[in-house]
Amino acid sequence: MMNEQSNWLAACRVEDAIENGGVCVKHGEDQIALFYFTRRNEWYATQNECPHKKQMALSRGMIGSTTDEPKVACPFHKKTFSLSTGECLSGDECAIKTYPVKVENGTVYIGTSPKS
Amino acid sequence: MVGYKFCEKLRSKTSSFNLIVFGEEPRRAYDRVHLSEYFNGKTADDLSLSTENWYQEQNITLFLNNPVTKIDRDLQKVYTANGLDYNYDILVFATGSGAFVPNIPGIEKEGVFVYRTIEDLDLISSYAKKAKTASVIGGGLLGLEAAKALIDLGIEKTSIIEFAPRLMPRQIDAAGSDMLKSKLADLGLQIHLNKNTTSIEGDGRISALNFSDDTALDVDMLVISAGIKPRDELAKACGIEVGPRGGIVVDEKMQTNDPAVFAIGECALYDGMIYGLIAPGYEMAEVLAANLCEGDKTFTGFDMSTKLKLIGIDVASFGDNFITEPDCRTIIFENKHKGVYKRINVSNDGQYLLGGILIGDATAYNLLLQTSNNRIVLPENPEELILGARGGSESAGGAGITGLPDGALICSCEGVSKGDICSAVADGTCENIDDLKKCTKAGTGCGGCLPMVKDLMTYTLKSQGKYIKNVICEHFNYSRQELFDLIHIHELKSYDEVLDALGKNDGCEVCKPLVSSLLASIWNEMILKKGNDVAQDSNDRFLANIQKGGSYSVVPRVPGGEITPDKLIVIGEVAKKYNLYTKITGGQRIDMFGAHLNDLPIIWEELIAAGFESGHAYGKGLRTVKSCVGSTWCRFGLHDSVSFAIRIEERYRGIRAPHKFKSAVSGCIRECAEAQSKDFGIIATEKGWNLYVCGNGGSKPQHALLLATDLDSETCIKYIDRFLMFYIRTADPLTRTATWLNKMEGGIDYLRNVIINDSLGMAAQWENEIENLIASYKCEWKEAVENPAIRKRFSHFVNAPEDKDPTIEFVEMRGQKRTAEWKTV
Repeated sequence: MMNEQSNWLAACRVEDAIENGGVCVKHGEDQIALFYFTRRNEWYATQNECPHKKQMALSRGMIGSTTDEPKVACPFHKKTFSLSTGECLSGDECAIKTYPVKVENGTVYIGTSPKS
Repeated sequence: MVGYKFCEKLRSKTSSFNLIVFGEEPRRAYDRVHLSEYFNGKTADDLSLSTENWYQEQNITLFLNNPVTKIDRDLQKVYTANGLDYNYDILVFATGSGAFVPNIPGIEKEGVFVYRTIEDLDLISSYAKKAKTASVIGGGLLGLEAAKALIDLGIEKTSIIEFAPRLMPRQIDAAGSDMLKSKLADLGLQIHLNKNTTSIEGDGRISALNFSDDTALDVDMLVISAGIKPRDELAKACGIEVGPRGGIVVDEKMQTNDPAVFAIGECALYDGMIYGLIAPGYEMAEVLAANLCEGDKTFTGFDMSTKLKLIGIDVASFGDNFITEPDCRTIIFENKHKGVYKRINVSNDGQYLLGGILIGDATAYNLLLQTSNNRIVLPENPEELILGARGGSESAGGAGITGLPDGALICSCEGVSKGDICSAVADGTCENIDDLKKCTKAGTGCGGCLPMVKDLMTYTLKSQGKYIKNVICEHFNYSRQELFDLIHIHELKSYDEVLDALGKNDGCEVCKPLVSSLLASIWNEMILKKGNDVAQDSNDRFLANIQKGGSYSVVPRVPGGEITPDKLIVIGEVAKKYNLYTKITGGQRIDMFGAHLNDLPIIWEELIAAGFESGHAYGKGLRTVKSCVGSTWCRFGLHDSVSFAIRIEERYRGIRAPHKFKSAVSGCIRECAEAQSKDFGIIATEKGWNLYVCGNGGSKPQHALLLATDLDSETCIKYIDRFLMFYIRTADPLTRTATWLNKMEGGIDYLRNVIINDSLGMAAQWENEIENLIASYKCEWKEAVENPAIRKRFSHFVNAPEDKDPTIEFVEMRGQKRTAEWKTV
């Protein structure tokens, strides 16, 4: 899937990302939340806007897992979303977009065509 | 019953006596307390206290239908009805009592019965088939039982004749009797009080009763239940001392004037009194059995409190039920609509429960009895003991079971204490109520204590973690309280260390803030140090409250609400410079809204330079200590409430807890600071400070309860120290102090005992712990702005640190900005 990406955004250096947390990446008018799940040695990227109340907040949310599903909780009302599929895990219909992430030479890249 | 209990108790202690039992009745000892159940389908066998083989198994010789007829104390011999004689070393009278039959002309007529034995019941039952009207003489406990039996037997018209002006004259007062009378009338029972029966009419068999007031009542049958008469005739005949109105005189060892002869149960007269209840009878059996086995027990009288269900109506009395003013204060609740009457007698100083009466609803009986017997200090509003708590405060219901001492007698029939029950559960012997009944015998007498026995079982199981395991989430199989201790013991300092050592997988938004709060409560380190920052709730993570739209609010601490004009100017200047909306908060400080994440460090830098510090408005910890102006300006003020509020606020600032907590200090009882709505509130008195705890505003307002009165400042602070640490250590996550107290078994009395009397022995440790927290306080915002790595986190875009979030929108309102509405509908 990654190979299909033509547009890779150089988001930040690995050391600028927050371990086991998120940062917000500016992409033109868009905002993308980038999560460095150090504990699982995984990177995730999603839309920064929480679809529930349209707040630019997901990058400030706490991450974690349920069973083995990685997730982020919106700081506003604690709606949780899967980091891998974008599905809302709090029983709502709204899903979030997720993006592919790759790390090369210490730089973190986000594929700007959403996976989902 | 008491004779059987004596055998059981003696055999449980020794097998060395050759034990012979002589019984007058044709059957083994049976449960007379529940005799009326014989009419509800229980058989004589059901009522029997022992199995058929029990005496044999216990190596006891049992004679039925074979009463002792004569005793020769010189030869130490008894002679029985069947013509044999037996030697004894020790002779025990457990002959009980017979019905007292008043000497009324015509009492010998057919259709007149007593209500005492299964045989009596058989006779009543067969005669009732041809009777349409019946009377019971005696409006006491047994008389009411008998009346119920007659109704059950299908008698169309049943009446009760009582000589005294009220029913159950030994247990209840006139008002209680009125209530009982009207309830009984609803059931079709006629009640005649103040009636002295002078003769029984009838030609061979009864047809009517004549009374001293020249009235008469036609009846087909009569049951006499006018009291009991101790069966002392045999003792009297052989020269044993008996009382002037009957009863074999015994001392505190149950010994008669013949050292080889003893008496127990209803035939015994101790200190001028016959104990006509089962519990004291069993206690006498225990005393004698123990002393025969070289024990040293004494009988010193007995609590005659009772609770029973009469014809479906709860009736209970306990302690000193008849004491009246001015020797006590009486609180009475009466609800004629529901047929409920409750009276409690409280000591004149309001401290202790002396006794009371309950009709129609005796659910509070066990708790009231224990409160009275154990002299547990009453809550501020003792009426709540009988009214039930109102206003959402479940805590005020007085002492719960946890507040009882281990020695508290729970089952008075069998003499089982709280400690006995709890330890039988705790050591794993008993896991259900049937096990408990078998191994402790609790609840096997009158059964009145069973609800409390169940509560104790549940409480003990719970306290062992067997019943409900209150785990945090899928990542930690512990309760908050357990985790607190584990983090402390293992000296874990970061969320990841805690997760690695005590949890599993990756954590989540439930356990992260909880663990972070515990780490802060235990170690009080900078909450944003690397690794811990991402485990904080969003407000803690950015040391500010996130508001609608994604901006933050800034609240500097204003201790006690006291602020200089210069500082006010600084706040105004900062707000103006960063375009912040300002509002006075409910906690007497100033909130500045609408700050961009990027601006937070620079805003705080300016505030700190002007002498401000973090107000922790974002944290689960101390918010404000509100104050009124107090004696420095106010003409009513008793003490300097502002200075004390500042001292308190500066003492506890920054301490993290399971939830936020607030305080206030009022300089007099006018209470302008609203201290009684706070987690802890202080009000000045002439002599010092009154300390209130566990109040709450919010969705379920609750008044704080008075913990201690007239304290000096140092003691007041000491109690708050203990209170806060107890709360921090034991409350469930996100539980305010009011809810914490509401869930606490024993409520405010228990809490008071823990805080003031140090009943858990933890006070010194808690005081030490809170001193450590106070000593390690630092302003988080000062640390944050001075630490470049932390400061760097306060930018919205990682790849454009200078840019603010362009999506945040404000609109104008009354000359200030406000945030735009949610963008969704």
